[in-house]
Amino acid sequence: MADRLRAYRAVLASRARSQASYRTSFRLDLVGAVLVGVIELAEIWVLYSATDEIGGLTLAQVLLVFGVADLAFSLADLVAGHCDKLPVYVRAGTLDVFFLRPQPILAQLVTSDLSLRRIGRCLVGATALAVGLALNDVAWGLGAVGLLMLAVLSGFVIFTAQFVTAAGLQFFLVNGAEMTNAFVYGGRYAATQPATVWPRALLVVFGTIFPVAFAAYLPVSTLLGTRGVAGLPAWLGWCAPVAALWAVVVAAACWRWGLRHYRGAGG
Amino acid sequence: MSDVSGNVIETEGLTRVFTGRPERGSRLRRTRHVAVDHLDLTVVAGESVGYIGANGAGKSTTIKMLVGILVPTSGSVRTVGLHPLKERRALARRVGVVFGQRSQLWWDLPVRESFSILAAIHGLSAADERARTAELVEMLEMGAYLGTPVRQLSLGQRMRAEVAAALLHRPELLVLDEPTIGLDVLSKQRLREFLVAQRREHGTTLLLTTHDMGDVERLCERVLVVDHGRLAFDGMLAGLARTVGARRELVLDLATPGPDLTDVPGTEHVRSESDGLRQRLAFDPQRTTAARVLAAVAERAEVVDLSIVEPDIEDVVREIYRATR
Repeated sequence: MADRLRAYRAVLASRARSQASYRTSFRLDLVGAVLVGVIELAEIWVLYSATDEIGGLTLAQVLLVFGVADLAFSLADLVAGHCDKLPVYVRAGTLDVFFLRPQPILAQLVTSDLSLRRIGRCLVGATALAVGLALNDVAWGLGAVGLLMLAVLSGFVIFTAQFVTAAGLQFFLVNGAEMTNAFVYGGRYAATQPATVWPRALLVVFGTIFPVAFAAYLPVSTLLGTRGVAGLPAWLGWCAPVAALWAVVVAAACWRWGLRHYRGAGG
Repeated sequence: MSDVSGNVIETEGLTRVFTGRPERGSRLRRTRHVAVDHLDLTVVAGESVGYIGANGAGKSTTIKMLVGILVPTSGSVRTVGLHPLKERRALARRVGVVFGQRSQLWWDLPVRESFSILAAIHGLSAADERARTAELVEMLEMGAYLGTPVRQLSLGQRMRAEVAAALLHRPELLVLDEPTIGLDVLSKQRLREFLVAQRREHGTTLLLTTHDMGDVERLCERVLVVDHGRLAFDGMLAGLARTVGARRELVLDLATPGPDLTDVPGTEHVRSESDGLRQRLAFDPQRTTAARVLAAVAERAEVVDLSIVEPDIEDVVREIYRATR
């Protein structure tokens, strides 16, 4: 196993070293990433300056939703965010080079880069999460800790799967990055909001097909015992791993389908 | 090692059809383009094969099917005895590929680091990595720029590094797609010498596509000419020269205008320019050498400057096409 991981480790370590060698640029990138996160947080704060409650959640509660969603997304972005560079890899021929190496193509794509500046975003998410936990009246116990960890982990898997799904679809959609980005980044944005304010159509898209509602909103609702979307049971938040599994199945299908198309096997 | 038959490459009826989408709103049916058309190909271990043809004749498509990037539309293909699609990863351990137009190196890393990542990718032991890298660095004379980031290398330096990268894991088969494109004379020469030595020492099978007749003449024993996806010629290099007369042209600038040099042994006078100040002699490199021709000319006139024009591979291919159609 260790031997098998050696290939990926070698690539990732080189990526990290190369970023570290441009220190000023790296620091600026890091600050930029933090600023973007802070601005998004400020946006929520502005909304709440006009009202006390949006979609049944207070500012403190939304902060928790934002924290879980943003941390999960930022971690996924760190690991798989560069999958959206696939069209560049295809054009530059880098993808063909992946075929010449004895590792799975997707594993090579995911480990081909590591944008450490995205750690900045993780910090914002983690801070929002910590503050959210402090401000809310959480009934601490094994269940609460478990649910929270499950939410972040499932969210991470769901968002990572979204990146892979988008990459798989890129094989078909020439210059379709705008379209897939709408789902990936739109999904991220939606995940930081209370699902109760979404219109029905969005609820279907982000609740079932791209199940980002399970990344933060539903588990946090279960955790805080707030009334969620009408007609949905309170324990739904515990189903985040099921949603994550579904997202992985969709991603695997899209990726395989896309790769078959690239190799000209039809599909 | 390769399979029992000893064939490194084996294709039967290998075909690849590309279907293009018609323009949006057009009533036209999907376009069909047959890139590779029922190709039967056998390459035996240790052979050195030049795969030539005009642009769009199907060379790159064939290579992509050989290494598992593209799926054949029909027909079968075995590379080092493996199925390129089902056994792509096993195949990758035993085949090295150099695409002249795309890099396997990491552009922002020093050459040395690219090699060590590739060693990790192919699971080479530390000792093996050291030995193999040292061998390749010495043979390809890369010592001076081993610590230079790939993006700062000249094209010639980069190509040598690419070839080394493809050979690091000691593949049985090395596929080179346009390896000398854009290289200067000296770089080409070095690369060819290295490939000849590599083959002699490790028995590596070579398959290369090229637009450079010099590559074919100096590296390949056997030549395959492909035309519209079909094999138009398969035979020894000498046979190719006989078929099309792959002659070189010696361009001579003389000190004073003189009569046409029609009596130089082993050559044919092509034409004279500027009252015989510049003369062109064609010769067959299989029968005489440039040096011998030059010596014979020097007895007749004073040579100020000279250059050698290689036969254009496009001409050779065109001749083959004409002969086989």
